[in-house]
Amino acid sequence: MKSADSTMSYFELLKLVSPETIVVITALAVLTFGLAAGRGKSSVTISTAKPAQSESDTSTATGICSVIGALGLAIAIGAVLLLPRNATLFGGMLVITPLTSLFKIICVTLAFFTVLLTTSEKSLRHPGEYLALVLFATVGLMLLVGSEELLMIFIGLELLGLSLYVMTAFDKTDVRSAEAGLKYFLFGSTSSAFTLFGISLIYGVSGTTSLAAISEKLASVSVQPLLGIGIVMTLVGFAFKIAAAPFHLWAPDAYQGAPVPSAGFIASASKVASFVVLGKIVLVGFAPLHGDAAWHAMVAGWSPVLAALAALSILVGNLVALAQSNVRRLLGYSAVAHAGYTLIGLVAGDRDGFSATLFYATIYAITLVGAFGVVAMVRRETGGDDLSNFRGLASRSPLMAASMSVFMLSLAGIPPLAGFFGKFYLFSAALRAGADHGLFWLVTVALLGSFISLYYYLIVLKAVFVDEPALSAARHANVVSADLLPRTIVAVLAAAVLLIGVAPQPLAAQILAAVP
Amino acid sequence: MIAWTIYITFAGAVLLLLLPRAFARWIALLATIAGLALGLVALVRTPIADLAHFTTIVRVPWVPALGMNYHLAIDGVSLTMVLVTGISAVSTVLFSWDVDHRQNEFFFWLVLVVAGCYGVFLSADLFLFFAFYELVIVPKYFLIAVFGSTNKEYGAMKLTLYSFLGGMLVFIGILIAYVTAGTLDLNQLSQFQFSPHLQAWAFPVLFLGFAVLAGIWPLHTWAPTGHVAAPTAGSMLLAGIVMKLGSYAGLRVAINLFPQGFQMWSKWIVLLAVIGIVYAAAVALRQRDLKFVIGYSSVSHMGFVLLGLGAATALSVSGAVLQMFSHGVIAALLFAVAGRMIYRRTHTRELDVLAGMNLSHALPFAAFTFIIAAAASMGIPGFSGFAAEITILIGAWKAYPFAVWITGAGMVLVAAFTLRALKQSFFGEMDPGVALQESRLALDSGWNEQQSITAAEKCGACLLMLATLAVGVYPKLLLDRIMPAVEAMRFLK
Repeated sequence: MKSADSTMSYFELLKLVSPETIVVITALAVLTFGLAAGRGKSSVTISTAKPAQSESDTSTATGICSVIGALGLAIAIGAVLLLPRNATLFGGMLVITPLTSLFKIICVTLAFFTVLLTTSEKSLRHPGEYLALVLFATVGLMLLVGSEELLMIFIGLELLGLSLYVMTAFDKTDVRSAEAGLKYFLFGSTSSAFTLFGISLIYGVSGTTSLAAISEKLASVSVQPLLGIGIVMTLVGFAFKIAAAPFHLWAPDAYQGAPVPSAGFIASASKVASFVVLGKIVLVGFAPLHGDAAWHAMVAGWSPVLAALAALSILVGNLVALAQSNVRRLLGYSAVAHAGYTLIGLVAGDRDGFSATLFYATIYAITLVGAFGVVAMVRRETGGDDLSNFRGLASRSPLMAASMSVFMLSLAGIPPLAGFFGKFYLFSAALRAGADHGLFWLVTVALLGSFISLYYYLIVLKAVFVDEPALSAARHANVVSADLLPRTIVAVLAAAVLLIGVAPQPLAAQILAAVP
Repeated sequence: MIAWTIYITFAGAVLLLLLPRAFARWIALLATIAGLALGLVALVRTPIADLAHFTTIVRVPWVPALGMNYHLAIDGVSLTMVLVTGISAVSTVLFSWDVDHRQNEFFFWLVLVVAGCYGVFLSADLFLFFAFYELVIVPKYFLIAVFGSTNKEYGAMKLTLYSFLGGMLVFIGILIAYVTAGTLDLNQLSQFQFSPHLQAWAFPVLFLGFAVLAGIWPLHTWAPTGHVAAPTAGSMLLAGIVMKLGSYAGLRVAINLFPQGFQMWSKWIVLLAVIGIVYAAAVALRQRDLKFVIGYSSVSHMGFVLLGLGAATALSVSGAVLQMFSHGVIAALLFAVAGRMIYRRTHTRELDVLAGMNLSHALPFAAFTFIIAAAASMGIPGFSGFAAEITILIGAWKAYPFAVWITGAGMVLVAAFTLRALKQSFFGEMDPGVALQESRLALDSGWNEQQSITAAEKCGACLLMLATLAVGVYPKLLLDRIMPAVEAMRFLK
């Protein structure tokens, strides 16, 4: 394929990027429809005659836009399945390997669920624009996953980032949403600058932006301070994306303030893609500079840096989560901790470790989309997402309560749920890597972290199952509307978490086979 | 076929979620009875020779990439534990017959604990074992926090966090064993030669993790609080089965995998066990709440199990396994009397208050049951407690005569607090306050209706009494099956 680069026909090109193209076209379609529907709606609001009418208009528009978006994403998944097994475009600008195809499917599936969950979000005034942003972000994810070239990766990151900033600040009626959006934007753009700076330094040393070529170059170059700075800068950028401490400060605010589907998307699909890319960069591009994170035999390289980030994230995330009374904020800090766990596989740095990381990131994403689905439901029924709003959920909606317990317990790592197997896989891979159980210290920190974490997950479940419903919640509970679709989605996701936990083999084998 | 104990109980749990509440208690009863029946059939039908080794029943690849198998096996030790699980489970359901608050949920968690315990006792794959082991933790939380009584949320959280802390230590030990040996098969692992250096630190981590659940002193404090907070069914399950998970796992995994580490640390286990026996008995002597008395007595009795394990002879370890069975039955019986027969009718567990009620007249069956349970608990010959404890002490005599002396003194304390609890709860002296108490009894509207012990309670109590008597009179029934299995374990060679 590589030799055919210069002579590649546009038709061939279009075939290879067909999934991305489909998603872009869908996004444009959704945008157009949203504009048309929006114009009709605004004329109604100006007349101020029937506010109730306009609300139902919006929700109809949201529903139709969601369905269009979901349809497009489903077709995109089909298109990914039709791609050839291996292909390379423009010297690694875009590559197709089993790994990229698998994670394109996973990312698009997560986006699919996010889009469907959006139907329950009644506060969106411009559903067309919102869903178009989700779809553009998805394109960013696909580019991010499907590239082995630093420039393209950066473009993917920016496309993703810019969409996410707007998605976060989308709820114009909520101050928190604006705050979250601004924080996310400021932190995000700073870290983008870091990444770009790092990439340019690496380019300066190696003279190339293709990961494979960088790796070849670095193997022959002695470690110099400039290169060290470049690598650390690049890692800082990604540490921000995956919300690893100490670059996590945006996460709790974004998780709490953003519209719920945005938060779910940031926590799930964006994180999976970031881990795929981070893994590719460090394991392919920086392979010669692995270093060693073993306790008594640290060798400079990227793995001690990631190990330090992981340990710090686990401790900070879990300890601060203990003190939270808002479920979304709690999930935000738990996300920091989980970023730490997930990094452990990368620190191990072998094929096993990478697949463990990818497995864990995937199941974490599925869990979080579901958890945010429940949060959205509770928020709509009770008007908030504090722990007190979850009180008595078990009696109001047993299915949602059961799903929530599946998600929380999976995050805590209780069998037979996916999180348990994921942790076992991750930690055993980390211990196996290197001689003499060098990463034992990191695994111990992680186990200590998951011990702490059980407490706050149980606090959430205590509110759901044990506590009596608060008065205000009980009053709101009367206005429960039967929105079947989001509930079904949440139940499906909970079933998936349980199923992957009981039978992890299919997913684990897929990922293991895809990792080079 | 014994594997069906796991499937049937899990199926029961799922059915409990799906079917309406009218069926709840019957499903739970049927599932647990099926489990017990399967255990009994296995006891009768399996040749003793087959129980000498950990014989594979099922082995199916689960996650081949990581070497995980769905692998079940059984030997005499496992069979004993399966039996006690079945007996405790059936009686627990019988003693929860009139639970009416969120019934399906209650029996769901209850049956889930039972299913997880069956899984632990039959697993021959380390990952499978650990999955079942951790699975038991969360149902306990809900069972106590939703359905418990005194200080239930605190007790539930404390118990859960202690269990999970132990679980994390176990996680470390299991990972190290897995990564070093490269296999998860317990039979293969028990052949693998771990380096002495690794055993020296991995054994205490693993064993301590398990021992938290077995109530080892000084990490036993979750047990009395948890028992008191738990509903009767919860206490019965906790003391009857769940605490045995810890000691069983300590034997099956920690001791069997790291025999040299065990040798290095066994005297410390004995020390902690003896302290636990005496300390818990002394504390029990001063308790005013009947459930606290029984809670501490559980810790004391589990000390015998740990002593038997620590003494490391074939006889003492077999005694320890027998004691796991015996205590499972006796503790369930004691909690049934205290939590169900007495508390449901008097709404108090304060010994001082009970002393004024003269319950032996009001509740003759409860009094009879409690006398049997107390006798078994004190180690009167003819009950299983005696058979087990004497086996442990004879087995430990050679290696640790001093420990046996102290334990003997501890047994006097056990007798003392048991007799005190018995006397105060059922045969209290009529004191001047009695008129007041009697008027309270008379005023309690539910008293007359609930006065007689229900048929379900009688069935449950009889089952437990029968079990302790049968094993007490004829301990060979179990010992013949336990001894060869213990002798086949590596640490004795």
